[in-house]
Amino acid sequence: MVIAMYGCTNRLLQHVRFLAAVVFLMTSQLSLADEFEAARQQLVREIHADVLSTSAYIGRKSFNESVMSAIGQVPRHRFVPPGMVSAAYQNRPLPIGHGQTISQPYIVALMTDLLELEAQDKVLEIGTGSGYQAAVLSGLVAEVKTLEIIEALGQQARQRLASLGYDNVEVRIGDGYYGWIDDANEGEAEAEAFDAIIVTAAASHIPPPLVRQLKPGGILVIPVGSRFQVQQLTLIEKSPTGDVTTRQILPVRFVPLTGRH
Amino acid sequence: MNRKLLSQKPPVLSIALISGAALAYEILLMRLLSIIHWHHFAYMIISVALLGYGASGTFLALSRDRLKGRFSSAFIINAVLFGLTSVICYLLAQSLPFNALEILWDPQQPLWLLCIYLLLFIPFFCAANCICLSFSEFPRQVHRVYCFDLLGAGMGAMAAIAALFLLMPMTALSAVAMLGLLTALVAMIELKSGNLRHRIALLMIIALVAASTHGLEMKLSQFKGLSQALQVQGAAEVDTRSSPLGLLTTVESLSVPFRHAPGLSLNAPGAPPEQLAVFTDGDGMSMITANRGSAEALDYLDYVTSALPYHTLAPSLKGRAPDVLVLGAGGGSDVLQALHLGAARVDAVEVNAQFIRLVRQIFGEFSGFLYDDPRVQVHISEARGFVSSSPRQWDLIQIALLDSFGAAAAGLHALSENYLYTVEAFKEYLGKLRPGGILATTRWIKLPPRDGLKMIATAAMALEQSGINTPGDHLVLIRGWNTSTLLVRNQSFTAGELEQVRQFCRERWFDLAYYPGINEKETNQYNQQQKPWFYQGSKSLLSERREAFFRDYKFDIRPATDDQPYFFHFLKWRSLAEILSLRGQGGLPLLEQGYLILVATLAQAVLASLVLVLLPLWMGGRSRQQGQDGLGRVFAYFLAIGFAFMLVEIAFIQKFILFLSHPLYAVAVVLSAFLVCAGLGSAVSGKWSAKFTIYPVVAGIGVLAVLYVYLLPPLFQQLISLPDMAKIGISAALIAPLAFLMGMPFPLGLSQLARLSPSRVPWAWGINGCASVMGAVLATLLAIHAGFMVVVLFAVLLYFLAAATARKATA
Repeated sequence: MVIAMYGCTNRLLQHVRFLAAVVFLMTSQLSLADEFEAARQQLVREIHADVLSTSAYIGRKSFNESVMSAIGQVPRHRFVPPGMVSAAYQNRPLPIGHGQTISQPYIVALMTDLLELEAQDKVLEIGTGSGYQAAVLSGLVAEVKTLEIIEALGQQARQRLASLGYDNVEVRIGDGYYGWIDDANEGEAEAEAFDAIIVTAAASHIPPPLVRQLKPGGILVIPVGSRFQVQQLTLIEKSPTGDVTTRQILPVRFVPLTGRH
Repeated sequence: MNRKLLSQKPPVLSIALISGAALAYEILLMRLLSIIHWHHFAYMIISVALLGYGASGTFLALSRDRLKGRFSSAFIINAVLFGLTSVICYLLAQSLPFNALEILWDPQQPLWLLCIYLLLFIPFFCAANCICLSFSEFPRQVHRVYCFDLLGAGMGAMAAIAALFLLMPMTALSAVAMLGLLTALVAMIELKSGNLRHRIALLMIIALVAASTHGLEMKLSQFKGLSQALQVQGAAEVDTRSSPLGLLTTVESLSVPFRHAPGLSLNAPGAPPEQLAVFTDGDGMSMITANRGSAEALDYLDYVTSALPYHTLAPSLKGRAPDVLVLGAGGGSDVLQALHLGAARVDAVEVNAQFIRLVRQIFGEFSGFLYDDPRVQVHISEARGFVSSSPRQWDLIQIALLDSFGAAAAGLHALSENYLYTVEAFKEYLGKLRPGGILATTRWIKLPPRDGLKMIATAAMALEQSGINTPGDHLVLIRGWNTSTLLVRNQSFTAGELEQVRQFCRERWFDLAYYPGINEKETNQYNQQQKPWFYQGSKSLLSERREAFFRDYKFDIRPATDDQPYFFHFLKWRSLAEILSLRGQGGLPLLEQGYLILVATLAQAVLASLVLVLLPLWMGGRSRQQGQDGLGRVFAYFLAIGFAFMLVEIAFIQKFILFLSHPLYAVAVVLSAFLVCAGLGSAVSGKWSAKFTIYPVVAGIGVLAVLYVYLLPPLFQQLISLPDMAKIGISAALIAPLAFLMGMPFPLGLSQLARLSPSRVPWAWGINGCASVMGAVLATLLAIHAGFMVVVLFAVLLYFLAAATARKATA
């Protein structure tokens, strides 16, 4: 009897402990979520301040409100490896495995902003990586297609984006050189299919087929540099008549000369 | 001190072996760390780890009493520890999650770096203990110990370079470990120490290490080009070969082609055909392009900026096909381009023979037997030396874009000497051009411009020094979206040629940055930059405003010279604070890491040295030392000669690199000759030590060093065309007397100290060890700012300073 009672209380105690643990976990999750939210908003403010000081240089006073709000909503901590969560909202690039990185948020914001997106746009991304850039784009446009060359990364990103509810993003694993090949179109790359194209990894040259996938009036942006350092951004603009010009943008306010020259 | 040991001779063979093994380990680590990380970090890590030499002095100064009478076992144990830790510490170091690229982002990275320092410091510490113990134990035979220490190091340098030709780096590492353990065995025999059981136990350890180190693998940083290329599905290594010049890894990528064509025009008709990528030390991709005889497949080669000279040459050659010299042929892209664009003859110069073997034999069929084409002559030589010694002339000298964009962008070459892009080099190239011939150089575009502008300044100065008053008439600069090409013509450009330039750019959507008579409206059309930086910079550099522009530009774009051969050094101190403040806003690429790493290395070495040198004084307390006078002079003497030796050695290695036309021969020959001859000098000095005559030695060093600084360049000019073997002999002969004398100050001072204050011997050795490390870094830093001539003069001054302190000490 005593033993039975002891067993009962023990079980009861276990239940209480379990319940307490659940409550604790929930509240801690909540406070953790609050913390992430606060960190994210702090990051947004930092980027705002950076843009202000760089404004004259990158040709704008601030990034588009919608871009900043997208940065403020996407949970970057869900896109970094577990060991990096604490650094997720620092304004710096982070390694995500396979020799790839998740870009510096400032650069993500700048590149997204340079695309001058509109809600009904269809965007192609080359180099999904963690999927963070695609998630940022997802809230801004109607449709995002993204290609990743490293299979493991592509699959992770696909699952991650799906579980976070970014339904307008389609991830594919493959070579980005020829852009998005439409299955319906007998494996041919559809010309002038995208309003904007964003290439997230530097390349030795800009693939001409990608430029062909750009709609007239569309913009393609590509970073130049190494994984942890974006040297400059190259912007390719296709005019409404189909002429192509490129612009090179130094992402930073820096005047190379002092004195009068 | 043990009487028996006093009468005994030092274990000279063991000393030479351990010293050789430690030097071989240093050279090998440089290779290994350059492969798994990057060259400049390798440099920093090894410099700091070498402070193990200084630390051994500190350690033995502190534990002198405890080690009394235990010389043999301490020597043997340290040799065994060196053998074991050389492999173990490296393996641990490479398994740490250190990422050099994140060093300015991630606060944890400096800690990992510190762990690597501490790990790699251990083997050097153990090896240095053996030498330092010997100095302490045999104070009357200091010169003999030092002689074998240096002879061993000289042999070790040679052996390491030979081993790197024969073995893969990890196998060489296991060989170094064996050598350390073998030293312990030899020491047992020399010192008549240990019984049969000990020797058998040691043999078993050797066998165990041999077995367990078999098949070890290097762990490359995941951010190196090779690691990244292999991430792609269907990519695989198809060939790996190693030499002291680098580890060449060939990668085939079946499902996703490489399509490497830097700066390809957006208007190009097609992509490059199938390619194999050859990585040097896991980075810096050079392509072997499939050549199956289809001219159309190679048309992309006409749509890069480096194709321009073939178009401008056409009018003046009047239908004759040009003779082309390609410097830095590598996998052959520029050679293929020359043939595709109609060259009659191509001289392809490549320093790494294994590269040529790859293109010619291993992938001969793939490359369409490019290097066996009857129009192509392949030369295994360093580029600058080849140009200096060749009697030929060319219509076009094409300097290939050798370095990877990533390395160039991060400023990783800032501390590497480069004799390809100096004013003297440009003058030589111009001298080897036929009338109307063109020198073409292509560089990656950096914003704001750095190398592009430094190149134009270099060309302008070379033209002026060749007697041309209007350099602007001889230059054309164009740019695409990520490469720029500069043409330097030894005659003024003609109107017809300039029309070719304009047409070439128009058809390919490239921009005109400078040509004689250019109008600002013509610039910045297709690839628009925020300002026409290249045009404005070129205009200023070609006007009387040049000096002001050099001064006011936020990067150092003053041309490099043979005396200050640092083309890739752009950082100005006064821009540093501004650049660092822009870190969050994408400002980091403006920072040149190479130079900062050099400065950081010096700072770390100075700090660590201070601790190491002061520690024995502090811990030892005043009471134990009979008299502190003369301490400052001991310190000054060994510091000065430690500095001076390294400064002279490094400055002359640089001078001989130009003469021997091969960095590897130069380092092997000069380093070995220096160490061996200095060892002999030390042996001879033993006969003088009673009289302690430092002044004549220092005077001899001063006269020879200064004489060499002024006489070597013209002498080398005369002798540059001699065969390699003759040049190596002459170099060794020139170094011998200087090094012979330089081997004397250390043993002279140390034996003097051993007589006056024997307990200070390890301390002096420690100071000398620290000074050598700091001296090596200081030599490069001084050379960047003041040139190698100043480095040598400064060293001579230090030698005289040492002599002055020594005279006071004896008085």
